Amino acid sequence: MLDPTSSLKALDGHLASPPLPIELKGLVYAAGIKRVIDGIDLTIDSRRITVIMGPNGAGKSVLLRLMHGLILPTKGEIRWAGRCTDRLMTRRQAMVFQRPVLLRRSVAANVSHALALRGLERGSRAIRVEEALKLAGLERHASTPARVLSGGEQQRLCLARALSLEPDVLFLDEPTSSLDPASTLAIERLLLDAQRRGIKVILVTHDVGQARRLAHDVIFLHQGRVVEHQEAKSFFAEPRSEGARAFLSGGLVL
Amino acid sequence: MTDFIDAFRRAVGLIVTLDPSLVEILILSIKVSLSAVAIASMLGFAIGGALAVYRFPGRGALSAILSALMGLPPVVAGLMVYLLFSNVGPFGVLQLLYTPTAMIIAQVVLVTPIIGALTRQACQDLLEEYDEQLRSLGASSSAIVVTLLWDGRYRLITAVLAGFGRAIAEVGAVMIVGGNIDHVTRTMTTAITLETSKGNIALALALGIVLLALAFAVNAALIGVQRLASRFAYA
Amino acid sequence: MVAPIARRTLLGLVLGTLLLPATSVALADDDNFIIVQSTTSTQNSGLFEHILPKFTKETGIEVRVVAVGTGQALKNARNGDGDVVFVHSKPDEEKFVAEGWGVKRYPVMYNDFVIVGPASDPAGIAGLKEADKAFKKIAEGKAPFASRGDDSGTNKEEIRLWNAAGVDAKKASGDWYLETGSGMGATLNTAVGKQAYTLTDRGTWLSFANKDDFKVLVEDDPELFNQYGVILVNPEKHPNVKAKEGQAFIDWLISKEGQAAIASYKIDGQQLFFPDARPRS
Repeated sequence: MLDPTSSLKALDGHLASPPLPIELKGLVYAAGIKRVIDGIDLTIDSRRITVIMGPNGAGKSVLLRLMHGLILPTKGEIRWAGRCTDRLMTRRQAMVFQRPVLLRRSVAANVSHALALRGLERGSRAIRVEEALKLAGLERHASTPARVLSGGEQQRLCLARALSLEPDVLFLDEPTSSLDPASTLAIERLLLDAQRRGIKVILVTHDVGQARRLAHDVIFLHQGRVVEHQEAKSFFAEPRSEGARAFLSGGLVL
Repeated sequence: MTDFIDAFRRAVGLIVTLDPSLVEILILSIKVSLSAVAIASMLGFAIGGALAVYRFPGRGALSAILSALMGLPPVVAGLMVYLLFSNVGPFGVLQLLYTPTAMIIAQVVLVTPIIGALTRQACQDLLEEYDEQLRSLGASSSAIVVTLLWDGRYRLITAVLAGFGRAIAEVGAVMIVGGNIDHVTRTMTTAITLETSKGNIALALALGIVLLALAFAVNAALIGVQRLASRFAYA
Repeated sequence: MVAPIARRTLLGLVLGTLLLPATSVALADDDNFIIVQSTTSTQNSGLFEHILPKFTKETGIEVRVVAVGTGQALKNARNGDGDVVFVHSKPDEEKFVAEGWGVKRYPVMYNDFVIVGPASDPAGIAGLKEADKAFKKIAEGKAPFASRGDDSGTNKEEIRLWNAAGVDAKKASGDWYLETGSGMGATLNTAVGKQAYTLTDRGTWLSFANKDDFKVLVEDDPELFNQYGVILVNPEKHPNVKAKEGQAFIDWLISKEGQAAIASYKIDGQQLFFPDARPRS
């Protein structure tokens, strides 16, 4: 199990400087005739965790990928402290996907390779790999084939790998949706820790409880549009839109 | 039937006593095919990896041609190389005809499409899983190719073994470009052809048994690799 | 990228090591050899294994024999894919020299052709003293006959005999006339397998190990005489030809030593080839 004190010591000294504010202007993404993202104007300037919520098919995953630069918008633009999204911006960010994507190598090699892709020399990689494994509580599994780990362990590894890159922005697409509570707790602890370290965390989640635990501000998406964007406290206490109300009370949002 | 049994007995005798002509032929066959597979692997990995990752016009057509070339008949490959390296051919000045080098070249022509197409397929399958994550990590296309090649190493080993199996067993290509010259370009397959045509069934059978044993060994290695791969979830 | 480069280097090293066999195989070719385009019948008879080591011992020149049909041997020599051509079809050899592809034709040795067939001899040709008459009987009886069908010296002799017999055998190709398009040994295998008659040179027949119940049925017809000639490929047409070494081989073949070597080749006490070179003038 994860040692709460160890998480504070790992990745010591690194304070991220996320390029805020994040501004989305007139963002549209169309797949064929369907507008998955149907005109979004958004400004995110909080340094704390932002949670994106919404019913299935609302476009949350697509929005995340647009922001990370994995897909290009059909219309509109995304700016980071005034700068456009480009390959350099993507390299200042990291993303954890819904299902852990691990290479067919050992646990340590997975982290090491990610760092190598960033251009790090072998020496500095070793240090960071060690720190990352400590963070994920996987030191004992350094040489284990990554893909034989449990789901929770794999996702912890993916998150630790992402953090080892020292990103300024961290995207997560429903990272704990298929994990057990213990693993979910571990992941959430790491995210709070990342926030402490100044990393801008943008998290998509279905889990309302998780959102309550982590979110500073909440963006509610519905049918490709931003329906609400406000501080978490007020969002959960008094959602302004009908869709959000229905969602929070567990109903189906059409 | 008794002729066959008698020949079989004599064949085992030749193998057990490590008959020198048998050994000489065996070593040449392995040298030629191993060299060809080594070169074909370098080419095949690069071509297969690039075809899977890079996007460019004509990519689909090239992939289809590569797959089709897997079925290139060895004798046709041999004929092509023969025409190129004959004294009156474009590369005649190299005087490579009737040498083991020409045989290696012919087998490279034969084996590269096999390794290339299988590599491409392996990389494509892996890409489906890894594409987003690798791009999220900021990997360039060339870095992605290298990543996929290493990650797909078990499937690539399988491709290499398949290529070797093809090379060591073919006779058409090496016969035409090598000329089946005694002590120089005589491989197991061309020797079997010759000894059969001389009615020397014992020696032909001995060579055949060794060739079969080699084929079985390659097959066993293949299965072993696949088992190993799934054990570590590396398949 | 650091890691991928490192990995690539490692891979390159591993594969480079694998390439060592290739280089050793290529470098092993030192230059002191000649390529002789000859026929499958001569190779199958085992003559070369007997006489070539003697030549190499005396001169240090290695002889590499490529055995194909006479037609192909001459074609290859025309392309310059060989230094010497050693076949048995006098008219074609003389044409080869006349057209400038060869320097000079030297007769070397002769043997004879024989007609072999199953012991049952369905066409009843055993003991005939005239080969064309035998062929005629085979055609009349539609007895299976295996032909080389490959433009070789043996094939050309066979066709001469069909013509002499007034038979158009090709018309029956696929019927009782089987054209294998192969060397002598392979054709003999087919003949035995199909219980068919065939024309073969005595040398190949004597050393052939898969005779089943086949016998020599027709022989000693002067028409079955088979002369071998050796020619140096013209270095003026193909500068790559090793003229010195090639001529050395020819000189040896027609010398006392070479001729004696040819005569000494026997199978089961029977001599296969009869030297008949004329002394160099």
